[in-house]
Amino acid sequence: MSGGFSLGEILASALIVLGAGFALIGSWGLVRLPSLMERLHGPTKASTLGLGAMLIGSIVWFQLVKGEWTTHELLISLFLFVTAPITANMIAKVHLHRLRLGEQPGPAGPPASPGADSDWATYEALRAGTPGCFDED
Amino acid sequence: MMQRILPHPGLSALLVIMWVVMVNDLTFGALFLGLVVGLAVPKFTDAYWPARPRINFAAGIAYVGLVLWDIIVANFQVAAIILFRPNRDLRPAWLAIPLELDTPEAITVFAGTISLTPGTVSADVSDCGTYLLVHALHAPDPAAEIASAKARYEARLKRIFL
Repeated sequence: MSGGFSLGEILASALIVLGAGFALIGSWGLVRLPSLMERLHGPTKASTLGLGAMLIGSIVWFQLVKGEWTTHELLISLFLFVTAPITANMIAKVHLHRLRLGEQPGPAGPPASPGADSDWATYEALRAGTPGCFDED
Repeated sequence: MMQRILPHPGLSALLVIMWVVMVNDLTFGALFLGLVVGLAVPKFTDAYWPARPRINFAAGIAYVGLVLWDIIVANFQVAAIILFRPNRDLRPAWLAIPLELDTPEAITVFAGTISLTPGTVSADVSDCGTYLLVHALHAPDPAAEIASAKARYEARLKRIFL
């Protein structure tokens, strides 16, 4: 098969290009969306499938070209799915605090309070001795 | 007795599977070491996770499949918004989703799901865990977004976390 490409190589290349494309779109979103909270959506989503497609490409290449089973990619995607929402959550919470310090809100405005006598947890945590509401507390 | 040796059976099973996957080889040695890790880690971290959530694992696996599919769809939707929708047509909004889930584990999974799926990132919970604060990238009709997240994910999670 001199000069030709095997099915595994074509499939793996297509998946890597697809993944790179999504990573590029995610980065473009980071540049062009109007404010911090909107920009968060670019890297948390468009890059999930980008990395996912690259990892599947890696599995396909090792399986079809090298003839080996690899499972590390599954572990990478698991860790990604566990950590990506937490990173986004932390950035969003910092943004909530900075809104209180006078930062300009994005097009969505500042978030409304959840009720008359309650507030969002990240604000409440500033005070010591805030009673918890879950059974275990 | 069983509770003291195996405080979180689901976590133990996950650790064994993850260990074997990490070693990338299904041998007796890998399985044995995985079992040691799977028994020791939940035991030593038990004090930090006192709750004992009851989980319907079959419903949980179906839920993971649904979320993986939604992640793929969400990626295409967000990519389309980034590429084709100018900022002046974008309608970002904060959504306060009233929560019917009442355990920290269930709320965490719900918040994580929302962060990974269609144009939404969860930002915070209210002080008593009664509302989830979510930012939507494009939500012309916030009430409909809230209703769809509740129907699609929260209703299923209520059947997983018993």
